[in-house]
Amino acid sequence: MRALLCSFFMILALASASTAETLDRLREISAGFVTKDYGQVQATAEALAATGDARVATALSALRGGDLRFRKSDKQVFRVEKVGRDYALFDPFTGEAMGQAGSRETSKIKVNNAIRNAIDGLLGGLTLRADDPAIRLDAAEALFKSRDPGALAALGSAIEAETDGSVRDAMREARASILLASAQNEPQALIEAVETIRARGGQDALGLLAQIGADYPEPVQEAAAQARRGIEQSLMLWGYGQSLWQGISLGSVLLLAAIGLAITFGVMGVINMAHGELVMLGAYTTFAVQEVIRTSAPHLFDVSLLIAAPLAFLVAGAVGVAIERGIVRYLYGRALETLLATWGVSLILQQAVRTIFGPNNREVGNPSWMSGAFELGEMTITYNRLWILVFALTVFVLLLLILKRTPLGLQMRAVTQNRAMAADMGVRTAWVDAMTFGLGAGIAGLAGVALSQIDNVSPNLGQSYIVDSFMVVVFGGAGNLFGALAGAFTLGIANKFLEPLAGAMLAKIAVLVFIILFIQKRPRGLFAIRGRAVEN
Amino acid sequence: MLSRLLDPRTAIFMAIMAALTIGVPVLNGAGLLPDYLVPLLGKWLCYAILAVALDLVWGYAGILSLGHGAFFALGGYAMGMHLMREIGPRGVYGDPILPDFMVFLNWKELPWFWLGFDSFPFALLMAMLVPGLLAFVFGWLAFRSRVTGVYLSIITQAMTYALYLSFFRNEMGFGGNNGLTDFKDVLGFDLQSGSTRAGLFVLSAVLLMLTVLVCRAVVTSKAGKVLVAVRDAESRTRFLGYRVEGYKLFVFVLSAVIAGLAGALYTPQVGIINPSEFAPAESIMVVIWVAIGGRGTLIGAALGAVLVAAMESWLTGVAPELWLFALGAMFVLVTLFLPKGVLGLFGAGNLPAFAKRSEVPA
Repeated sequence: MRALLCSFFMILALASASTAETLDRLREISAGFVTKDYGQVQATAEALAATGDARVATALSALRGGDLRFRKSDKQVFRVEKVGRDYALFDPFTGEAMGQAGSRETSKIKVNNAIRNAIDGLLGGLTLRADDPAIRLDAAEALFKSRDPGALAALGSAIEAETDGSVRDAMREARASILLASAQNEPQALIEAVETIRARGGQDALGLLAQIGADYPEPVQEAAAQARRGIEQSLMLWGYGQSLWQGISLGSVLLLAAIGLAITFGVMGVINMAHGELVMLGAYTTFAVQEVIRTSAPHLFDVSLLIAAPLAFLVAGAVGVAIERGIVRYLYGRALETLLATWGVSLILQQAVRTIFGPNNREVGNPSWMSGAFELGEMTITYNRLWILVFALTVFVLLLLILKRTPLGLQMRAVTQNRAMAADMGVRTAWVDAMTFGLGAGIAGLAGVALSQIDNVSPNLGQSYIVDSFMVVVFGGAGNLFGALAGAFTLGIANKFLEPLAGAMLAKIAVLVFIILFIQKRPRGLFAIRGRAVEN
Repeated sequence: MLSRLLDPRTAIFMAIMAALTIGVPVLNGAGLLPDYLVPLLGKWLCYAILAVALDLVWGYAGILSLGHGAFFALGGYAMGMHLMREIGPRGVYGDPILPDFMVFLNWKELPWFWLGFDSFPFALLMAMLVPGLLAFVFGWLAFRSRVTGVYLSIITQAMTYALYLSFFRNEMGFGGNNGLTDFKDVLGFDLQSGSTRAGLFVLSAVLLMLTVLVCRAVVTSKAGKVLVAVRDAESRTRFLGYRVEGYKLFVFVLSAVIAGLAGALYTPQVGIINPSEFAPAESIMVVIWVAIGGRGTLIGAALGAVLVAAMESWLTGVAPELWLFALGAMFVLVTLFLPKGVLGLFGAGNLPAFAKRSEVPA
């Protein structure tokens, strides 16, 4: 025990002695910066890095950024920060303030791109031993890209000492990347490196392996070719995954836009051409809520959407009820006339919004929890798209519950199936109509809240979704929520899978033509309601 | 025969049109009518032809096409292609064969579908044939599968929307976003000169009169009665032994051909044809012309088109922000209060069965 303690203190003493000693040594080496010769500057930087001292990192990054200068009078090297026309001087290693100097008194240590690249590699090697695993990971990634052979030894010892599994993997990949940069390395080591790179996968791994040319030993070339095939295959699969995700995301947007339409169309046989404008009203409600929050309660910004959603539902729903009571109810039994009248309403709403809010796009911000993205393998998933998917499905489930579990839902279904009979049984069909229309309109408002996060909020917002949402309803089959669900996701996914093959425009055209042909086969959509109700 | 076609209202319409056909060029020549009004009036008459064509299918066969603008635009593009070829080496890039936009896109030779358009008769034929063929294929599929009512309306909208997106593509070879423009002359007549414009106006007026006569001939024939029967009770007509889809297909194709011709006259008078003519909103506009004028009256449709177009020209000049309000209000008020349109105000209700029958919600 005593022996242990003793040796411990000895080590400690040694360590502190070495710290003081290396600082002097570092200063000594850094005198090499006082030159105009790029080669010497680079050699000095490398010599500094070779000490392995963590304090070198600040000096080197200052050098890279052009913030390292020396005083002309005593040739001492400083890290500088600009203060007015003068420079504040700091010790390049400890960061200790060393007073000020005029700009004429010091001279910049000039670097070129070759030196900058070298420094990137050196810094990577230095930060491999940092305390924070995230910094170590960054360092490994930097080395993977810079492929600086000088860092191999540092990497090797860092891998030995590394405790974090994922950081160690990154370091191994970096080492493999450096090894593969030179054909002169041991063939066996090269093949192992190829295997490591293959396990990493991804586009940059592919690029790395592509550089293995004819000057490499035969077996290495073979291994590389095989690895590339493997990576390409997995990349293709990931590409499909990405398309699938984008398709699902587009599908969720379509679902939101179409689901309200499916209700009014299905239950009432009414084509509501103003549906897109109700979506737009929802988006503008979001904008208005955010404006109020920005001016009066900025700390609430992150919950602005939660406030906007019920408001948008109410605003759009109220407008919907007004449309139903004011116009649509006089036109029951004349579906085509309803289509025209609601188109008129849509023009009026558009122009009203244009008059009130102006014709330009309005900016609706993303709350912090909806901005950014994360990586899933080779796929990028943005948070706003993910939340919109969640939101769309939530709205769908809620609507399903309303239809299946509430008295209103029961009455709505009764009216859908047989209006006359429902009326005979005492259902107030006029009231049910108004509520249904209001519900459909309210959901359009909710869709507007979601769309405001990914699209331009302008008076034309509704126009751009109306055709698509009609296609979803017609394709899925009116009056059936599952039809809208299936229709939205089918069309969304089909669209995104066609896009890489044919381009965005052609993909959309192909989908439209497909729907036209599909309707020939099933004139009432995918999930047609069967029975008497249809025959009218 | 003529007395069958010319009922009193149609006769009055014909008389007015004949007066216009002679009066407008004469007044213009005498300096009493400003030059800019002549092509504007001609444009309105093209709209009127399109409206009559739509009324034929909607008013008499109950097919609400939300894609009639597509047939119109296709006819317009056919004529536009001829006018582009007529420019010859006078384009900005001076290429003797290729239109400017193709030179701009670095195309080396004319695509196959542009061949033949240097001939005027061929272009005119295409202006009828292409819309007719599209209507035939589309109608054959849709009517045979008994796609009716709202579903039919929506897939016609899908059709025009698909064309709208297609014509935006530069790769399609129709000038992309900008469409076809910078026309110089037609059959050797300078398009900018007053006499050519007057001539085009006279042609439009004559075509409108012919269209009304042809449509009258169709709707007053036996087939016309079957069409009305299809409109009012499609299933019943079918059960009586009529081939409903045949009748529908016939009027649909006829209507598309007329729309194509209207488009062919429209392009030289307006001086440009671009994908926006395919926009679904444009086709819905045609429907409102017919609804406002009076559905199922033919001349009402023509009247509605000219009324709305005139109002648009006037209001977008005086108070542009009011135009959409006015248009929207027209949609709402006409459907609510004037189911027979403006013509219905003059006791012209030859549509007793209307408004009561059509789909009744379940």
